[in-house]
Amino acid sequence: MVVMAWLSCRGSDAMSVIGLRLRQVLVRQSPMRQGVGRKLVIGIPYLWLALFFLVPFLIVLKISFSNVQLSMPPVEPILVFAANQVVQLRIHLANFSFIFGDSLYVAAFSNSIKVAGISTLLALLLGYPMAYGIARVRGTLRNILFLLVVLPFFTSFLLRVYAWIGLLGRNGPLNALLMQIGVIHEPIQLLQTDFAVYIGMVYSYLPFMILPLYAAIEKQDLTLLEAAADLGCRPVRAFFSVTLPLTKEGIFAGCLLVFIPAVGEYVIPALLGGPDTLMIGRVVWDEFFANRDWPVASALSIILLALLSGLVLLLQRVQAAEKSAS
Amino acid sequence: MTLEVTRQQTDSHSVGSPYVRLDGLTKKFGDFTAVKEVSLDIARGEIFCLLGGSGCGKTTLLRMLAGFEAPTTGSIFIDGVDVTQVPPYERPVNMMFQSYALFPHMTVAQNVAFGLYQDGVSKDEARDRVADILGLVRLGGYEKRKPHQLSGGERQRVALARSLVKRPKLLLLDEPLGALDKKLREHTQFELVNIQNILGVTFIIVTHDQEEAMTLGTRIGVMRAGEILQIGSPTDIYEFPNSRYVADFIGSVNLVEGRLVEDEPGHVRIDCPQFGCTVFVDHGVSAPADSIVSVAIRPEKIQISRECPEGADNVVSGTITGIAYLGDVSRYLVTLATGAVVRVTLPNIFRHETRLTIEDAVWLSWHGSAAVVVTR
Amino acid sequence: MKQKRSLVVLSAMCFGFVFLYLPLLMMIIYSFNASRLVTVWDSAHSPTLAWYRELWTNEEILSAAKLSFKIAALNAVGAVILGTLAAFSLERYTRFRGRTIFALLTTAPMVLPEVITGLSLLLLFVALQQLFGWPSGRDATTITISHITFSMAYVVVVVQSRLATVDRALEEAAMDLGARPWKVFFLITLPLIAPAIASGWVLSFILSWDDIVITSFVSGPGSTTLPQLVFSKVRLGVSPDINALATILVAGVSVGVMLLGLGMVHRDRRKNREARAVLVPES
Repeated sequence: MVVMAWLSCRGSDAMSVIGLRLRQVLVRQSPMRQGVGRKLVIGIPYLWLALFFLVPFLIVLKISFSNVQLSMPPVEPILVFAANQVVQLRIHLANFSFIFGDSLYVAAFSNSIKVAGISTLLALLLGYPMAYGIARVRGTLRNILFLLVVLPFFTSFLLRVYAWIGLLGRNGPLNALLMQIGVIHEPIQLLQTDFAVYIGMVYSYLPFMILPLYAAIEKQDLTLLEAAADLGCRPVRAFFSVTLPLTKEGIFAGCLLVFIPAVGEYVIPALLGGPDTLMIGRVVWDEFFANRDWPVASALSIILLALLSGLVLLLQRVQAAEKSAS
Repeated sequence: MTLEVTRQQTDSHSVGSPYVRLDGLTKKFGDFTAVKEVSLDIARGEIFCLLGGSGCGKTTLLRMLAGFEAPTTGSIFIDGVDVTQVPPYERPVNMMFQSYALFPHMTVAQNVAFGLYQDGVSKDEARDRVADILGLVRLGGYEKRKPHQLSGGERQRVALARSLVKRPKLLLLDEPLGALDKKLREHTQFELVNIQNILGVTFIIVTHDQEEAMTLGTRIGVMRAGEILQIGSPTDIYEFPNSRYVADFIGSVNLVEGRLVEDEPGHVRIDCPQFGCTVFVDHGVSAPADSIVSVAIRPEKIQISRECPEGADNVVSGTITGIAYLGDVSRYLVTLATGAVVRVTLPNIFRHETRLTIEDAVWLSWHGSAAVVVTR
Repeated sequence: MKQKRSLVVLSAMCFGFVFLYLPLLMMIIYSFNASRLVTVWDSAHSPTLAWYRELWTNEEILSAAKLSFKIAALNAVGAVILGTLAAFSLERYTRFRGRTIFALLTTAPMVLPEVITGLSLLLLFVALQQLFGWPSGRDATTITISHITFSMAYVVVVVQSRLATVDRALEEAAMDLGARPWKVFFLITLPLIAPAIASGWVLSFILSWDDIVITSFVSGPGSTTLPQLVFSKVRLGVSPDINALATILVAGVSVGVMLLGLGMVHRDRRKNREARAVLVPES
């Protein structure tokens, strides 16, 4: 009950809390050269982000504790009229217990992590040698290759995913090729499988993996490898004992940049995955649009967010620990 | 100490009322005090050098004068006007930045004219003034160039022209020669003084380079840990350092501790265990008898000889344990019987000298006026 | 040994680039295919421009493209302004109350799954409509606001990293020479970060032009963007006019990126030449 009261205060008074914070920013006694201009420069984007990012978030939090109702919006406005809080508290947490009690949602979460994890690994295995190759080439060719990696990023994501629908189709070029070389004798189901989702993920996020890796490999001092060779280290060993550890940061950044959007991905599983490819982004979407269950969709979002931020924090801690150890 | 005080008094008497006055200036960043209670008067047309190691607060002091940092306490007066609260764009002060800070997207002429346009100077007048000042720094014909097309020395002169073109009451220079190589630096030093003479602008220069400070400055303020330890002419600072730090920071010095055993108005004797003798100094000190003081002797003020010199004020014997031949001078390390090491510098006057070599037993001697007693 | 490693790298690069470009290439080829069955090549009537012609007469696609363009351009302007202000605050004002929260708010939209961003924004718009009557329904305005919110985060990253390389002494020098802070910004800072602002603009435009998830949440019945239209068509399977549309977009972007790349190479060369011309006679 106390928790609820605190939350409701947070939710409904979010605006005034933000307002207070902003006033503190704006009215702060400012020393020399910190006039109106400075207040505006900070205040305008701050206000925007508070209104269109922070407040929405608090609303999601609020609604995730709420209950479905047949109206528009399809949410009971319980937090405003808190007449019978004890009963309502039980209802509110029901969204979360419902999610954790239903194997479908748990499976969606674990499957999302699995798909994102495997996709990240595949992207790393393909991306690292590519980034390495580009970084070790000199002159114009390097610029061209670099541009070729960046180019797909600027073309429509949706259309790039779409391109695979044609390629992977039952009568598509890939099936035709496989039959031609005699691997298979009749078209196999490629589309609407997990395989197609992996392809789509790696394809869409490969540039995100390559760019930080390229940056890390490119700035590596090549005399280190010469020193390793001079000390009797063979190239392959030099790679594993010098280059790889030195590009750890790049690997880390690349994996994070692929994994995070992959976990919440909606478009790729929706277009390339089958009906049984459960991913959390898709589940949130369906809960919202198909079932019109806003509270469950909100609760799922909150859990997903907690999961992601927990992961990011954990990785950061690991990285920090490693840094302080070295 | 007394010496210091009298010197300052004569200075302020000779130049009249101060042009720039810092009054109890303090700057704190959180718990850290960057500048501590600095009070300072600078006369019109002076070249004042703030000298100190990195982190001594000299740059913070300069930035407060320019208006980039607000003092925590204290005030700044320029030409009798309190400018402490005046923002940098309204101060009659210009600054030449260590990095030169030339606007990379503007030509030389646009860079120099920038300040004039801020004051609403007409295009024609600005053009003339830019041409004049570029002529003064010998960059006529460079108007259309961009900063990246200039050499280091040319950039330095553009920066100087840009900061002088507004005829500021005070010009602040942050390590003005720091980015130049050694040869160019020597040449530019004299040019800078020359330009200052022509324009008569008051200069405050911040530097960590003692040679730069001694060549450029009419007066030098030695800073340490946010405080000014000593103010004086280059000669004062070098010949009469008021503290161990200043003696050690400027040039090379032999510093030994000792106990004041004889204190007369005209001379003192100090018992230095490290030298194994009492040192005679021909000036008085303001320290109680029996107190522990330091004796500072410059290496070039010590004579070195194979035979024991007659009638010298101070004589000790030792063995040469190190020689560094530097061309114009040679540096010797002489180890005394007590184990103390004394540095001695001798000019190489003759090309074929009967040189002293390592392991030679020698006598060191110095005049009573060579040593300075410092009490802190 | 060395050759073995090169082989691994070389084959990965070949495979990687084929992997990246084969789907696009197939899409382009099939956009000239006469057959409605996208996967069958009708060699009798191909190549044909029929699908491009159809595209040009398809009012639905044209108006969706127009709306998308309008939203993307507006979004890019808004994101660049807000993003630059935010980047400036974070980079130049190192101490102000709530700075940590501010920094978090500017980066969070990049890592947040789009589904969550879309959902939360829709919930906000619904709440606002209930409380204040604004916005009355979801339309281009709500889409633009949402796009600005997430694309400004990218502008912040681009502009802030550029600002970090701009020597603060330049701004101080301008101020020292008598320019007031706002003048310093427009005369010194802005010209120096202009390239970053331009890339921020392009990036925001593309993010908005491409967005499907967030748009789906915050759009209303009257406002269908191009990605939404494409998405609904694509869910039903492959269609040849989408191939044609994709070809046009890919070609447009490729030409743009290549021109940009060429321009950069050219500028670098000119700078090198200038630098050499100046330095060689002196040294």
